[in-house]
Amino acid sequence: MSDLLDLYAQVVGQSTVDQLRQVAAPLKGLKVIHVNSTREGGGVAEILTKLVPLKQSLGIDASWEVIRGNKSFFQITKNFHNGLQGRQVFLTDRLLEAYQTTNERNAERLRAKLEAADVVVIHDPQPAALLNLCPNRKGKWIWRCHIDASRPYRPVWRYLRQWVAGYDASIFSLPEFARRLPHPLYLIPPSIDPLSEKNMDLPAKEVHAVFGSFGLDPARPIILQVSRFDRFKDPLGVIESYKLAKKFSPLQLVLAGGGASDDPEGQVVFNEVQNAAGDDPDIHVLLLPSNAHRTINALQRAADIVFQKSIKEGFGLTVTEAMWKGRPVIGGDTGGIRLQVIDHYTGFRVRSPEGAALRTRYLLHYREKLEEMGRRARRFVLENFLLTRHLREYLALMISLLREAEARIEV
Amino acid sequence: MTAEPELNQNQTGEVQGTEAGQGLEPGVRREPFELKDCHLLSIATGASAQTLREFREALLWIHQDSIYHHFWGRLLQPHFDEPEYNNDFAAWAFHGLDDRTLAERLAVIDPSDYDDIEELRQEVVEIVEARLDESELLAWARADAPFHFIRAQLVVLNTGLKLTEPAQLCRAVPEMSRGGIFYHFIDARNRTDNRDDDFTAWLFGFGTEYEDLIKELVSVDPYFSSLKELQRKLASIFETYFRGVTS
Repeated sequence: MSDLLDLYAQVVGQSTVDQLRQVAAPLKGLKVIHVNSTREGGGVAEILTKLVPLKQSLGIDASWEVIRGNKSFFQITKNFHNGLQGRQVFLTDRLLEAYQTTNERNAERLRAKLEAADVVVIHDPQPAALLNLCPNRKGKWIWRCHIDASRPYRPVWRYLRQWVAGYDASIFSLPEFARRLPHPLYLIPPSIDPLSEKNMDLPAKEVHAVFGSFGLDPARPIILQVSRFDRFKDPLGVIESYKLAKKFSPLQLVLAGGGASDDPEGQVVFNEVQNAAGDDPDIHVLLLPSNAHRTINALQRAADIVFQKSIKEGFGLTVTEAMWKGRPVIGGDTGGIRLQVIDHYTGFRVRSPEGAALRTRYLLHYREKLEEMGRRARRFVLENFLLTRHLREYLALMISLLREAEARIEV
Repeated sequence: MTAEPELNQNQTGEVQGTEAGQGLEPGVRREPFELKDCHLLSIATGASAQTLREFREALLWIHQDSIYHHFWGRLLQPHFDEPEYNNDFAAWAFHGLDDRTLAERLAVIDPSDYDDIEELRQEVVEIVEARLDESELLAWARADAPFHFIRAQLVVLNTGLKLTEPAQLCRAVPEMSRGGIFYHFIDARNRTDNRDDDFTAWLFGFGTEYEDLIKELVSVDPYFSSLKELQRKLASIFETYFRGVTS
């Protein structure tokens, strides 16, 4: 198991791993259970795939349980997700009943284990009702909300609040995402895994292969935005910026995003993007499968500048990913992008297509600045947004909860 | 100039110096220096401000831990090495309210000048109230850029390492984590009677032997630079003093 820690030490440095061991020392042998709703797919599963083995390698008795549900259950939890993000959704009695009965069935299966655990971390709304269904719980229960709940659709929050209010603590990614609850609201930004397919180093040959695969010209600069085809990501604004910048400098644009099977608006936006791209051979609109992690990784490395020109954004992990690859980011001045893109240092924050075009021209003109910002961006991620930092904060939080102290805990 | 003793950790975690006992005045207290690390947890208070007036109202009642976090705790948060402003209040005045004058006035506050957090709070309130008095228009932040008050919780960990000789600081300081530097050089000022950093407090225990070194340490501004920069500065001071080399 310590092999895993050794692998991380090669990326983040031995001292960071030593510090993890130090924080984990008081937690050795502790029974910690994470519960979510899927073993594969999605950001939460991706994090838990690494976080749980890492905790185990630090001597913590960590495990991961996945709740099971039917179509109605996942329909209502999808509605919860959208509702927390502010979309108006329907909560029918039939679906709400499916939510409760699914949690009850899962509680039957998991109750003994969850009640015996020292710490239970429930991820997102799907398994949130388990707390009330485990009345003899001995440990501390934490609700980890990965969703931007800053402006929820009120009926959804009112319903969910009854299930999450009883937890010992909650974790939100940013202060603006947090909802008022009668327990401590910890703030832990998300992270990327430097060893995942999305972020691992790639052989130069593999990076170079994307030029051929997608008809890109290696001799001309590439700007890239990786995101869903969603109005909040402003893909049309990206095209406008590209057109403005191209008047002054040869340029190619890649807009890469996933399919939009569960999002009817996604198809509409995708069509608008294609219309705006017109017959410009240097605009490449790519619909990639959700598991095209290595391709995205290679595209980010092949690009000169990465855009995340969002009008509204959660944390923006695509920004973190690009910065990890040493690329400066031109990002919208919103959400978690503000925490990552330090204006003039790791990239530029912009509020208009014109602003993005101006910064693109600047970076392409001053290549040494582009390189320098890219180096800083990578270092910034190394120090602040890798999985090891995320893990350290989880460990410190567990110490804090178990000691029940106010401002200062001495271990 | 003193030669640096080797760092050796014995079974109890104590780092033994090969010159232990040398240069000690009779009767001077000499305890090992316990190396600690700390982690800062951020907790949302639920309080936020959209206007300068709301900001002032919240400043009056917000928990001391929150004032501490926005001046000091932020050093342990993700932030860039070369921040434009040294505290979160000033940064918000600029980025949120677009009020450069207020940002400059808040940025100039040095929290180490104040005896306690209450005094520091009062200074911030004074500056904000003065700005409110002179402003004809009430400053608003963009809808998506309110100020969120956050409070800090510190988890302090004993590394198990102890130094017995000041010269061992040469090796120990460059190897410390950011949390260790924060705990010993910044947080210490809220724990020690004379508001000293832990290194200075320890060196005082050796009597007059390290007076010159103490003077150097006292001259370091704990507030103006990042923890990494602070670490480099401290390492350089210890290196120069004990090895007579500028690193």
